[in-house]
Amino acid sequence: MKHLLATAALLMTTAPLVAGEVWVTNEKDDTVSVINIETQEVINTYATGERPRGVTFSLDYSRVYICASDSNTVQVMDPDTGEILFDLPSGEDPEQFVLHPDNRTLYIANENDAVTTVVDTETREVIAQINVGIEPEGMAVSPDGKYVITTSETTNMAHWIDVETREIVANTLVDSRPRHAEFTADGANVWVSSEIGGTVSVIDVSNKDVTHKITFEVPGIHPDRIQPVGIKFSSDGAIAFVALGPANHVAVVNTENFEVESYILVGRRVWHMALSPDNTQLFTTNGVSGDVTIIDVASRNALVSIKVGRFPWGAAVRP
Amino acid sequence: MKRFSPYAQYRSRSRSGSRKHIQLKHISIILLCCFFGISLPAHSETNISVIYLQHQVAQPAVLSNLDPIPEDLGRAGVLLGLADNQTTGQFLGISYELEIVVVPVESNIIEAALRALESTQLLILDVPADTLLLIGDLPQAEHALLFNVSASETALRNQQCRANILHSLPSRAMRADALMQFFLKKRWDDLVMISGSREGDIAFANALRASAKKFGLGIRGEKTWAFDADMRRSAAQELPLFTQDFPDYDALIVADEADDFGRYIPYNTWLPRPIAGSEGITPVAWSGVVEQYGAAQLQSRFLEQTGRAMQTVDYAAWAAISTVGEAAVRSHSNDTSVLRDYILSDAFELGGFKGRALSYREWNGQLRQPIPLVTARALVALAPMEGFLHQHNELDTLGVDMPESVCTAFEE
Repeated sequence: MKHLLATAALLMTTAPLVAGEVWVTNEKDDTVSVINIETQEVINTYATGERPRGVTFSLDYSRVYICASDSNTVQVMDPDTGEILFDLPSGEDPEQFVLHPDNRTLYIANENDAVTTVVDTETREVIAQINVGIEPEGMAVSPDGKYVITTSETTNMAHWIDVETREIVANTLVDSRPRHAEFTADGANVWVSSEIGGTVSVIDVSNKDVTHKITFEVPGIHPDRIQPVGIKFSSDGAIAFVALGPANHVAVVNTENFEVESYILVGRRVWHMALSPDNTQLFTTNGVSGDVTIIDVASRNALVSIKVGRFPWGAAVRP
Repeated sequence: MKRFSPYAQYRSRSRSGSRKHIQLKHISIILLCCFFGISLPAHSETNISVIYLQHQVAQPAVLSNLDPIPEDLGRAGVLLGLADNQTTGQFLGISYELEIVVVPVESNIIEAALRALESTQLLILDVPADTLLLIGDLPQAEHALLFNVSASETALRNQQCRANILHSLPSRAMRADALMQFFLKKRWDDLVMISGSREGDIAFANALRASAKKFGLGIRGEKTWAFDADMRRSAAQELPLFTQDFPDYDALIVADEADDFGRYIPYNTWLPRPIAGSEGITPVAWSGVVEQYGAAQLQSRFLEQTGRAMQTVDYAAWAAISTVGEAAVRSHSNDTSVLRDYILSDAFELGGFKGRALSYREWNGQLRQPIPLVTARALVALAPMEGFLHQHNELDTLGVDMPESVCTAFEE
């Protein structure tokens, strides 16, 4: 890791180019597209199971985990070769997941089954299944590894799972159709987006109450079309990017005062986002237009859109 | 496929069932008390009791036997919504009880409604329009909250509106407006219409005429379906002649609510033109082909439970019990007036798998909702169409909007 950071630092000082790869799952192509960040080109397209959505790397980037929703499995791929190493048991219809800081345990939302499945990626076994609300989707783990959050889209809650006991210890009611959860780096808050409610709820981890509700207004776009999904914090934690779905914009939110500072036009139906290893670029998956928009974080401008497969959904970056 | 024992009896009936509900007279009352396993910390319990009351109707004879009406139409939707509500409720200490009462054609529905009102003031009504009003006007129902899931008469939301009746099913006016918005968007300005002569056909034809006028489209020619031949054998011979003397048109609309003759019209008209209305491109509250906005999940849960696709009345019944669930979760109350106030407030929003939050029109109790325009195989469009703007809510471009409404029952 130290070596990687050093490499990134070196690159930054020698050239303005950004290194690394963005991995994007194409929900309706059963593939994952690999974009070279430097050349801004798709360099590889690998076959996956059916309807790939959630995607994440192991902490050392030696494995990439992919939720193959309609194949009812989490696939483990060698990112250097695109070879599927093995399939993990995942429960039915895995949509999103989160890798625990222990780099070993995956928490998987099973959308059709109203459960969160806990899988040990080493023994390749299901450790536990936890009953949650209807259509679980958003998954997040607190930086200290103590809590895992599952959001359920039809029950409209963030369920707090105690990692130690694997039991739900609290449920926070949010607006309609919560799709994504993201902890702040200091672990003090968790942000939950509500697609139909059109809001992002900021939840205080200490008492599990909603302390702020962020709303959005994009000029010229009807409020019904503003459907927050993906959330990504900048590396310094000062701003949050919120993908607004069919509003085709990403909101830039000040995390101090919760005010929306600007809206960036991207492709159609923007789902999820990833930051480049040096945190200077943001990548958005645009489901309907089938492309990935690259945003310059400093200027908050969209630079270019890159065509990928059909219905790009999840995104993850490796250096 | 998973088996849910309480539903097994419905599934077997729906498969062997015929189009006529009358044959079901032997099941008069089905009681379902549903307490799912709850393994969570104890909360202060709130119990919500709902009765789904269905009066069976004699269905008219139709030309084809291809698409029988499912025996569990509507009931299957309410059962799915109940299961969803139970799951959510268990985290908050809210439990639900649902009783399904099916009243045979010849039995007295009002007596059944009175019995139901004695045990709960929350009723989901799958009854014809006249019965709906009779139940709504019972003194025992004065403070009740009734959901209409199967009567699409626009007047029930307007001249005949009742403060105690909410409508999760869209009106005919909403469906007609959805279709006309689509025509306008496509610039299919010149229309002709074939309508049946049954009550529902006439009402739908009236709604289509009014909507065409509202959106400035012209119905250039009209004919009434008057064949009594068996069209399965003669459609190809009869229809070209029947449609030959229409003036040229962009689309032919069919008003055939009982699904009698519409299926024989496509590809048999004199001019090669698209068909819409009750056939071809159809405006509906729901259909098995709706798959966007998370709908695929609702569809798969429904399919798993029933073994068939979810239809409009199933959706309306699901929406009705989901409305109760949403209001109960947010208000943490089982008091009918508290629930009603919350449902009609700005705070209420229901995730209805149609891409926008659903809510109730505070002037007539109609559930605002997008209207899918579907063929048998795919979604063609989702109304309101882009560009149909509204000062408050684009969904109010469909159906009776507040300025035109003559409903006064909802004024405090």
